[in-house]
Amino acid sequence: MNVALAKTDTGSALEAALAAARERLPAGGKVADIRRQALDAYERTGLPHRRIEDWKYTDLRVLMREVLPLAAAPDAAVLKRAEAALKTAAIEGTRRLVLVDGAFAPGLSETNGLEKGVSIRSLREALDGGDGALQAQLFSLDTSNPMVALNSAMLTDGVVIEIADGTVLSRPLHVVHIAAGAAASSMFTRSLLRLGKNASATLVESYVAADGTRTYQAHDSLVIAIGDHSRLDHVRLVEDAADAVNISSSAVTLGAHAHFNIFGMASGAAVSRYQATIAFAGEGSRVETNGVNLLRGRQHADTTLLMDHAVPNCASREVFRAVIDDSAHSVFQGRIIVRPDAQKTDAKMMTRALLLSDDAEADNKPELEIFADDVTCGHGATSGALDESLLFYLRARGLPEKDAQALLIQAFVGEAIESIANDALRDLAEATAGRWLRARA
Amino acid sequence: MPAVQETVDRVRRIDVDQYRYGFETVIESEKAPKGLSEDTVRFISAKKNEPAWMLEWRLEAYRRWLTMTEPTWARVDYPRIDYQDLYYYSAPKPKKQLSSIDEIDPEILKTYEKLGIPLREVAVLEGVVKPQAEGEEAAPARSKIAVDAVFDSVSVATTFKEELKKAGVIFMPISEAIREHPELVQKYLGSVVPTSDNYFATLNSAVFSDGSFVYVPPGVRCPMELSTYFRINERNTGQFERTLIIADKGSYVSYLEGCTAPQRDENQLHAAVVELVAHDDAEIKYSTVQNWYPGNSEGVGGIYNFVTKRGDCRGVNSKISWTQVETGSAITWKYPSCILRGDNSRGEFYSIAISNGYQQVDSGTKMIHLGKNTTSRIISKGIAAGKSQNTYRGLVTAHRKATGARNYTACDSLLIGDKCGAHTVPYVEAKNSSATFEHEATTSKISEDVLFYCIQRGLSQEEAVGLVVNGFVKDVLQQLPMEFAVEAQKLISISLEGSVG
Repeated sequence: MNVALAKTDTGSALEAALAAARERLPAGGKVADIRRQALDAYERTGLPHRRIEDWKYTDLRVLMREVLPLAAAPDAAVLKRAEAALKTAAIEGTRRLVLVDGAFAPGLSETNGLEKGVSIRSLREALDGGDGALQAQLFSLDTSNPMVALNSAMLTDGVVIEIADGTVLSRPLHVVHIAAGAAASSMFTRSLLRLGKNASATLVESYVAADGTRTYQAHDSLVIAIGDHSRLDHVRLVEDAADAVNISSSAVTLGAHAHFNIFGMASGAAVSRYQATIAFAGEGSRVETNGVNLLRGRQHADTTLLMDHAVPNCASREVFRAVIDDSAHSVFQGRIIVRPDAQKTDAKMMTRALLLSDDAEADNKPELEIFADDVTCGHGATSGALDESLLFYLRARGLPEKDAQALLIQAFVGEAIESIANDALRDLAEATAGRWLRARA
Repeated sequence: MPAVQETVDRVRRIDVDQYRYGFETVIESEKAPKGLSEDTVRFISAKKNEPAWMLEWRLEAYRRWLTMTEPTWARVDYPRIDYQDLYYYSAPKPKKQLSSIDEIDPEILKTYEKLGIPLREVAVLEGVVKPQAEGEEAAPARSKIAVDAVFDSVSVATTFKEELKKAGVIFMPISEAIREHPELVQKYLGSVVPTSDNYFATLNSAVFSDGSFVYVPPGVRCPMELSTYFRINERNTGQFERTLIIADKGSYVSYLEGCTAPQRDENQLHAAVVELVAHDDAEIKYSTVQNWYPGNSEGVGGIYNFVTKRGDCRGVNSKISWTQVETGSAITWKYPSCILRGDNSRGEFYSIAISNGYQQVDSGTKMIHLGKNTTSRIISKGIAAGKSQNTYRGLVTAHRKATGARNYTACDSLLIGDKCGAHTVPYVEAKNSSATFEHEATTSKISEDVLFYCIQRGLSQEEAVGLVVNGFVKDVLQQLPMEFAVEAQKLISISLEGSVG
């Protein structure tokens, strides 16, 4: 009974929010239809709960309770606060693209002097362009997932990046999601990165809040298409405010002989979920996904990955590390599908959780679904406390307990962090982990 | 790879005719009216002369069942079962007390002969003890096994009851136990698998007709292996057996079960519930060789094996170990589990599941760590061939207070051919920092390098495959009692015979 009420309540609020969002995203009748359908799809389930298998460990009816009202379009004061936040969030040597409260902020972004073969537009502009294929690609995410459906229905803006064939981008692109609203609100964004053939690029995404921001929910989504013989390096840093919710969905497709390397680190947000589908569409491609969760207090972070081996001769690696303190909760759900014709697939998945407190919780669900016989697939999952004998070894050599712990934790997450190809970004991730450890001591 | 296609063909060719237990015994039987209603429940209860509390218990389960829906989460696919189109009770017509082997119904005699049980054992099975025949060659020494033979809905014989009684062990059909030891049954029945547990367990609670009851008193090591042989014979029947094993403080018991059924075009439902209770320092070893009729090469017929098995390590230092060899059934849906309630208790699960033809297996275990310093181990080997789907689904969870919990899981899958599927769905939940869980899984086909190595050293292709497969499943076979290990070895060679072209 309660559940039904909650759903209706959220539903009617959403209708109003959708009306508002429609104003915010000018796009033709077709897009409006798609969004209408997406909202219907969302309303069939409402906020996902633990009875839905994919959300077994992340019950949003408990963790989120409601969808906050849509954030207002940023005004001058908000942009000013966002600009201040950029001082710490900016990463040197990258091209900055800023979204404030779910709207692209050209004033804070560097869109001048673009390299040859690179096009960057706001989602708004891109949809205005009336490119049907692009529209279809933008809405290719699977709306049977309620949070994707909600995002599709409500999205207000995003960044559309297109990189032409043969373009090698040396300067990483940095998409910064800043929450700076003065009222409790939700933002809904969708971005797209299209990488042509024989191209390469590095994309960094970070999620931060400006000082004085009220509680918020960031609902983000990202579509990535990697062309033949191309390589994309992707780094995600979730550093949201301590009371924020971050729900990010991603769909990645790889052409032939392509390479995708992603590293994600969640140290912020009260509740975060990263759900990604990575699909191999061409032979000879390789994916490396690496993730680190650094959680304390009552934080809840969920990583749900689907690796879809639909074609032969592809390789995938998943390395996931969670460090969980206090009464925090880390979830990893990894599924590898090897479809009937995907022979010679080589897939591996390893997830490890380190529990630093007796109230911490780690849930791992590493799934294999294999329909082809000439494949090598493996997965491993471990969870436990810090190794007493290693701690003893370090302490016997004169390290104080906290330092010894910090060293071991650093080594534990190091394996995932090392996968970052870009030196500066790797240092940045290491520094973030270091800060987290120091805050613990 | 041409060999793979040939393998598929060969495996497909063997799996239908290889089912050796698919015959039918023509025997008079009496049945409950077709369909399921409160009257059916009352009929079964009346047939068993049950006390009122038992009938009430069944009816409560039946009413609960009416409100439930059939689960759909398992990776199995089958047409809807018409629960009104089944006989819920079928028993061979009662016969007079047997005093000599010559009085045994020749049909039944033949049944056991065909099932591969030696004559001496048949004599035992049918309730007569055959004196040592003069001039007969001394049979190889074998350890005694007490057998409870369940034929369709009823237990036809239970052997060695007297000898077990001397040791204080109660081993009898559960229908008898309800009448003779109501205090024990009332105390334990449904205490591990509650009547409301799941759709099939609730159905079973309403209509179960027979099964085995074992009680081992404190400090007793059960003097022989106990075993139950389940046989479905009648057409259109469902078999709903219920087994309850209680090992009191400091006792030990090893229990085996085997299952076969005739070859038919229809699907038959087998929904059993097994409950184990181990008190302080007690140990229960439960082994299954499941060889229900798997259906023909087109996937027609076969048993739906929807079973709920759960053990409760209730006392400190208790231990429950499940070993299963699964080769039969059209569809298997079972997760023998351990609730590790007592401190220092231990749960084990060893499984080999071999699927062929159109078989679907969704099996695994649950290890629920509640007590301190509890340990569990899961070794699961799945072999998928033909067009079968073989899923391991398992849960390992440590409660907040289960400090020092440890689990080791290894689940491996082997695929033979490219039309089958092997899946692994583990859930690993750690809720305190001192719980140490390790899980690993691999999926592969038999490595050509390994085969080449063996062949180069003079083994034939078949021998090489046999060697690799037996090595692969060795961990599990070692856990089976001797007699069953031999049988299981045979089963494995049936399923893989000629798997390499």
